[in-house]
Amino acid sequence: MLRERIQASNYSFLDKLRSIDYLLILLIIAIGSISVFAIYSTEGGKFSFYTKNHIIRLSIFFSLFLVLSFVRVSTWYKNAYLFYVIGLILLLIVLFFGISASGATRWINLYFLNLQPSELMKIAVIICFARYYHRIQSSDIQSYKFLIQPIILLIIPCYLVMQQPDLGTSILIAGSGIAIIWLAGLNIKYFVYSGLLLLVSLPFVISILKPYQKSRILTFFNPDRDPLGAGYQIIQSKIAIGSGGFFGKGFLKGTQSYLEFLPEKHTDFIFTLFSEEFGFLGSIILLFLYILLIYRIINVGLVSRSFFAKLYCFGFATTIFLYVFVNIAMVLGMLPIVGAPLPIMSYGGSSLLSIMLGLSIVMSCKIYNQEQISVY
Amino acid sequence: MLNRGRNIEKGRVITRRMFILAAAKILLFAGISSRLYNLQISDREKYEILSDKNRIREWKTPPQRGIIVDNFNKVLASNDRVFQLHLMLDEINDFDVTIFKIKNLIGLDQFQIKKLYKKKERLKPWDTLVVSDNLTWEQFSKINLYLHELEGAKPVLSTSRFYPYANDLVHIVGYVGDASPKDLEKSEIKENFVPGLKVGKYGIENSQEKMLIGNYGIKRYEVNASGKRISQIDYIKERQGNKVSLTIDIEIQKYAQELLKGKAGSICVMDIYTGEVVAMASSPTYDPNKFTHGINEKDWKEIRNNPLKPLINKSIAGLYSPGSTFKPLVALAALEYGILDPNKTIRCKGHKHPYELYGVKYHCWKKEGHGYMKLRNAIKQSCDIYFYEMARLLGVDKLSIIAKRYGLGTNVLGDLYNDEKNGLVPDTKWKRRALEQSWYLGETVINGIGQGYIQTTPLQLCLMTAQIANGGYKIKPHIIKDDTINFKNVINKIKLDESNFPLHERNYLDDINVKYYQRMYHNKSNINFVLDAMFGSTNEQYGTSYRSRYDNPKYQFAGKTGTSQVRRITDLDRVLDLDTDQIEYKKRDHALYVAFAPYKDPRYAISVIIEHGGSGSKVAAPLASKLIKRIIDRHKLREQFNNGNTSLA
Repeated sequence: MLRERIQASNYSFLDKLRSIDYLLILLIIAIGSISVFAIYSTEGGKFSFYTKNHIIRLSIFFSLFLVLSFVRVSTWYKNAYLFYVIGLILLLIVLFFGISASGATRWINLYFLNLQPSELMKIAVIICFARYYHRIQSSDIQSYKFLIQPIILLIIPCYLVMQQPDLGTSILIAGSGIAIIWLAGLNIKYFVYSGLLLLVSLPFVISILKPYQKSRILTFFNPDRDPLGAGYQIIQSKIAIGSGGFFGKGFLKGTQSYLEFLPEKHTDFIFTLFSEEFGFLGSIILLFLYILLIYRIINVGLVSRSFFAKLYCFGFATTIFLYVFVNIAMVLGMLPIVGAPLPIMSYGGSSLLSIMLGLSIVMSCKIYNQEQISVY
Repeated sequence: MLNRGRNIEKGRVITRRMFILAAAKILLFAGISSRLYNLQISDREKYEILSDKNRIREWKTPPQRGIIVDNFNKVLASNDRVFQLHLMLDEINDFDVTIFKIKNLIGLDQFQIKKLYKKKERLKPWDTLVVSDNLTWEQFSKINLYLHELEGAKPVLSTSRFYPYANDLVHIVGYVGDASPKDLEKSEIKENFVPGLKVGKYGIENSQEKMLIGNYGIKRYEVNASGKRISQIDYIKERQGNKVSLTIDIEIQKYAQELLKGKAGSICVMDIYTGEVVAMASSPTYDPNKFTHGINEKDWKEIRNNPLKPLINKSIAGLYSPGSTFKPLVALAALEYGILDPNKTIRCKGHKHPYELYGVKYHCWKKEGHGYMKLRNAIKQSCDIYFYEMARLLGVDKLSIIAKRYGLGTNVLGDLYNDEKNGLVPDTKWKRRALEQSWYLGETVINGIGQGYIQTTPLQLCLMTAQIANGGYKIKPHIIKDDTINFKNVINKIKLDESNFPLHERNYLDDINVKYYQRMYHNKSNINFVLDAMFGSTNEQYGTSYRSRYDNPKYQFAGKTGTSQVRRITDLDRVLDLDTDQIEYKKRDHALYVAFAPYKDPRYAISVIIEHGGSGSKVAAPLASKLIKRIIDRHKLREQFNNGNTSLA
């Protein structure tokens, strides 16, 4: 019976509804609701600009997520390279016509939204690589011929994003791509060698960084170097989180954030505010929600038949992980401040859009998990 | 089957790798959790103390704006002391009560109170609300008397922009006002902005914002948990903006404005060697001081609804046909290109026998005709017939090259004023591109007397006159003092330059791009011919501005009148031959005059335009004559002040 259904590959709508991962949807709604409260709190408990915008964006992109979930996984597969090319074109548009803010040119003005194509590129790289490795025979993976192509495909967007300049996003895009190459089964020795090479060349890399990036890295190693300058954010963030204690200071009562000690509290430092107000307990719960989200995405990959779906889901789960990890580690003072949003929680349309887009592809993998995709 | 085996193997690899990755993720998450535990549970007390201690708050203090001075260091825009009332929102328990008390003390009306509530909505709970930025002394002392009853109220002695020469300078200096969201996008304002700071809205105030704005100061206070100030711990003083020195002479500017009183028009005065703008008057005008604290409805309406349009800076944003003031340039072009022998004689036969081209008639302004004319006389008496014929021979394209080279058709002051117009010097290419039509010879003919498509600003006409008067050298007009150029050397170089060798470079005449303070002429005698004809026009009998002349060589000047039509003259008009005041205002001709002085060793160029004033010789030239006397009287002072020794001849 199951077999017949697959053969027909013609799922009824009811079947589709039955295959939806409702827990995943629930998790998205839960994190989304928490984010609304957190952003409401950044505005000092006023229902104004950021909160309103965030709610509007959440609802629009969530609806988009639901609709796109019903797109066939084979359709995503077929258009994978197209997404990559579109992402590249958008990055080039940014390079020439982008709009700037505080010294960086990262956005395209779409009137209702300032689109940040580098965010979309994260998804584009995963889907493009998933398709690439879907086709390659396991015996070919180790050959240089098939290794050089993804590396070039990865270097181009990373370079373009670095030019904006946006070191954080560039590193994260590279991380997503490398994760898929890892998953595809490239020999471990390559990773070890390139890791060593990176370590050796680190001094040279640092010498070509922009002065503010250098100062951030130096400040990371010693935040007290310049307590009112570059170290300010890390110190203030740690104080905010630390003073939250086990139960937190309570909703809307985070003095650190409320008194404006925290810069960019509605974007990169949203976790700081949340952690100050809801304490260790709240932070661990939020962390647990993210772990659950990542687990559900991996689970979709496990039950999928096609390599494409597997690679995509595992890769996307890794991207989400990277973002959550880098963001939280950053505000806890464990990593330099590079500028990485916390998925769904941070205010910002492009990041939310790309996460929702990515999740809808995961959901489509789930709904059509028995679909086989031809290698050609 | 082999393929299938491979696929199973590939699937296994992917899953295995995923599990390794997942293990790493769990490890890293555990790291984060332990760090959280460290910060929030082990070291909690340490961070709680830090958080309490850490309540340092900053207040920005506004900088004083840089002053603007004229050529003689007279202050044109200063900072005046004003009394203000601020409310520290964090010190107020009941906002409504405080506002009610203040309302009774200084007499706010319902509308102002509504505005205050709106303003408060936009502020943070610890910000400062400016209740009034311009209190009278009486209100201010009342507030001080009852200060103990007013929670969070703070009387402040502050400064605000003041323009001592109010109406006389608004079109040059501009004015300040509250920053709009658009202003805040400019980096120089964004970086130095403090709430309540006034920013430049027009003119020098606007374009020199970077110089004028200064840097804000910072006061750091320690505050307690609820945000109340406990003690001041740091004060970084604000820095006043830089001074901006203009080349304007306020005395001449004032006099020029006075001459224009009651009329719509413009007067521009320029140093013909340095390009310094000495005066740039536009009439009617308005008071910039009214804008500083927000203009009231009635005053604004009065300015807006004035039919003479005070808001338009006519010197640079007013476009006019140059009329006969264009003729010296047409003559120069014809001579430089060698089109015409100045001794060629043409007969002007009056309205009964006008100039004819392909059946279309072109009339001279003089009903009876000028009779037999040579070029010098044609300039002097402004004979249209001679210029129709000369323009036809010259052609519009050659004329446009010379016109553009001498400063017409392009913006004069760069990006100093956002409303400066380019004007228009037409040629055949322009018409094909802009109107998609071919050029008619008839248009060339009327172009020869400065009518038709050609549009110029008064400042461009002044520049044109200056560049002819200095002997044909390109100058760089500027209104902000330029210390980068040694003008004494420039003047000496130009005056001593007797080089009259023909330039052999190919297409020299066709080249529009001449460097600043370099020669533009082809043959010096051509320039001298035109200057001499302009002398005749003012100082010899039958010259069009003969009545405005000075016989004293110290003040003697040379110029050219112009009367520019704002509409087509019909046969009926010619029959009626009405006087200016019998015609409807909007249909009257513009009166123009350009001149340079003193004739022997010239130094200044002037252009006068009176909108709908009638004839240039009757209206514009007398004004120029009066102003020229004042300019020359002040020349010595200016020279001494600018450390030059090149005295008048």
